[in-house]
Amino acid sequence: METQKVSMSAKINRKTKTKTSKVRVSTPIKHLIIIALGILMLYPLIWMVSSSFKPDEEIFTNPSFWPETFTWDNYIQGWAGLSGVSFGKFFLNSIFLVTMAMIGNVLSGSMAAYAFAKLDFAFKKILFALMLMTLMLPFHVTVIPQYILFNEIDMVNTYWPLIIPKFLAVEGFFIFLMVQFIRGIPGELMQAAEIDGCGPIRMYWKLILPLALPAVITTMIFTFIWTWNDFFGQLLYLSDINKYTVALGLRMFLDAMGQNSWGAMFAMSTLSLVPLFTVFIFFQKYLIEGIATGGLKG
Amino acid sequence: MQTIKSIWQKNWLGYLFLSPWLIGLLCLTAIPMAASLYLSFTNYDMFTAPQWVGFENYGDMFDDRKWLASVKVTAIFVFLGVPLQLSFALAIALLLNKGISGLKVYRAAYYVPSLFGGSVAIAILWRQLFGGDGLVNHALSLVGIEGMNWIATPDTALYTLVVLTVWQFGAPMVIFLAGLQQIPVDLYEAARIDGANKMKQFISITIPMLSPIIFFNLIMQIIASFQAFTQAYIVSGGTGGPLNSTLFYTLYLYQKGFTHFQMGYASAMAWILLFAIAIITALVFASAKKWVYYQE
Repeated sequence: METQKVSMSAKINRKTKTKTSKVRVSTPIKHLIIIALGILMLYPLIWMVSSSFKPDEEIFTNPSFWPETFTWDNYIQGWAGLSGVSFGKFFLNSIFLVTMAMIGNVLSGSMAAYAFAKLDFAFKKILFALMLMTLMLPFHVTVIPQYILFNEIDMVNTYWPLIIPKFLAVEGFFIFLMVQFIRGIPGELMQAAEIDGCGPIRMYWKLILPLALPAVITTMIFTFIWTWNDFFGQLLYLSDINKYTVALGLRMFLDAMGQNSWGAMFAMSTLSLVPLFTVFIFFQKYLIEGIATGGLKG
Repeated sequence: MQTIKSIWQKNWLGYLFLSPWLIGLLCLTAIPMAASLYLSFTNYDMFTAPQWVGFENYGDMFDDRKWLASVKVTAIFVFLGVPLQLSFALAIALLLNKGISGLKVYRAAYYVPSLFGGSVAIAILWRQLFGGDGLVNHALSLVGIEGMNWIATPDTALYTLVVLTVWQFGAPMVIFLAGLQQIPVDLYEAARIDGANKMKQFISITIPMLSPIIFFNLIMQIIASFQAFTQAYIVSGGTGGPLNSTLFYTLYLYQKGFTHFQMGYASAMAWILLFAIAIITALVFASAKKWVYYQE
């Protein structure tokens, strides 16, 4: 999660691209190196997917991509889950958690971003600096008291400790992302709306939020990926198997089956990556541009 | 009264929109930080009231062999993994940069490991890949090398996780690519006219022009690597083994705080982590004057 999180710090509203080279040289050797390296990198993933269709004993004997005996058994066995809870349940739980996290981050993040970008109030600069400081803060310095707090109010083993922080914009990164974007919305547009009798709350809802849609989508995508991949928080707060997410379900699988059931484990691991991959395919533009423009100065 | 009213009128809207974040800052960041600092000077265990023990937790760490092991493991992971990962990212970005056709496809393919890398699924895959009869040993046996159980061997277990980090070079690579595209072509043309060869161009143009991006990637990856957790937890089954060789700092913190409920000790560990990250980040920032080049 952190890797992606930190590698962008969006300035998504500025895109200046200068052509690097006027001559397009595409030497076959270069392509060959790039493709060979790419296959080497992706082979473990591809192999995992193909192995999820192999019987267990074949996984360890057949390093090739193509299964000798093709079987759906791993998926059937894996989907059945453990202790009477099916993997479908874990998927539903993860989807619920991710949806809530996306709503929370978008709402709280865009509200704070609107305030920082377009409204005037006392101590704005200090508060903004504080927000930037929280970006660098390792969450370990807050996690223990947070756990004690959620334990005191009987929220351990519920989804609340994982959802509430999103609605309180604890991930300042998204505020930063949206501030950069909302700053670029022309003031004249807002003045025009004001003259037409648009109040500040309607302004946020009807003007700012729709105009900041690209930043909102980027926020949603990254929230999706990080929450889906999150393990520490879910491990900490969820202990009832009926509340397990995909990540926890996989871990339980690994513990319960050990080395005996790689086929089913690979099958469920593959399934767990499908939502990430789907988001990547459909929203690649937002994802790559979000990261790409992220590290740039200016 | 007039002034209070006007202060209210000036500020209420901003604070209204800021309120969720402010509540979060106060209740989930500021107060917990203060509490964590306080707890780090106590022997709190979740069940009995905390007792003040002064600097005992901090002192104990230096006698705690597991703590020392976790510091060593994390240091190797950060100082080996981050430079390797960024070197790979830069090398591939350079390879992709020179107006190659199919850039978008290649970029996407190389990015995929970064997308999946932090997940439990990939950590599980890694356990198989580097296991005794895993895929890596299969590949090695094809060229006549006899492998071993890389995950179960204390000398190699950590390095399988370094490989996992390096494997996820896609995200910094995408940033490098974007940075490379912003370097004006004229600079290279001028250098060519002056007779500078490719190597010279790389050292005198590419590296300085890219240095702010290298700096950004360096800071971000260092901070992230210090906090790595999932991969070590899954690969070692939560133990940090074999022989503490994958006992990442955060994994040990988790064990102390949430398996042994030594929350005072774990809080002290968290503050040491914060200081370590702050000091190293500050050092990198201080060094920036020497090697990071900002155009004005």
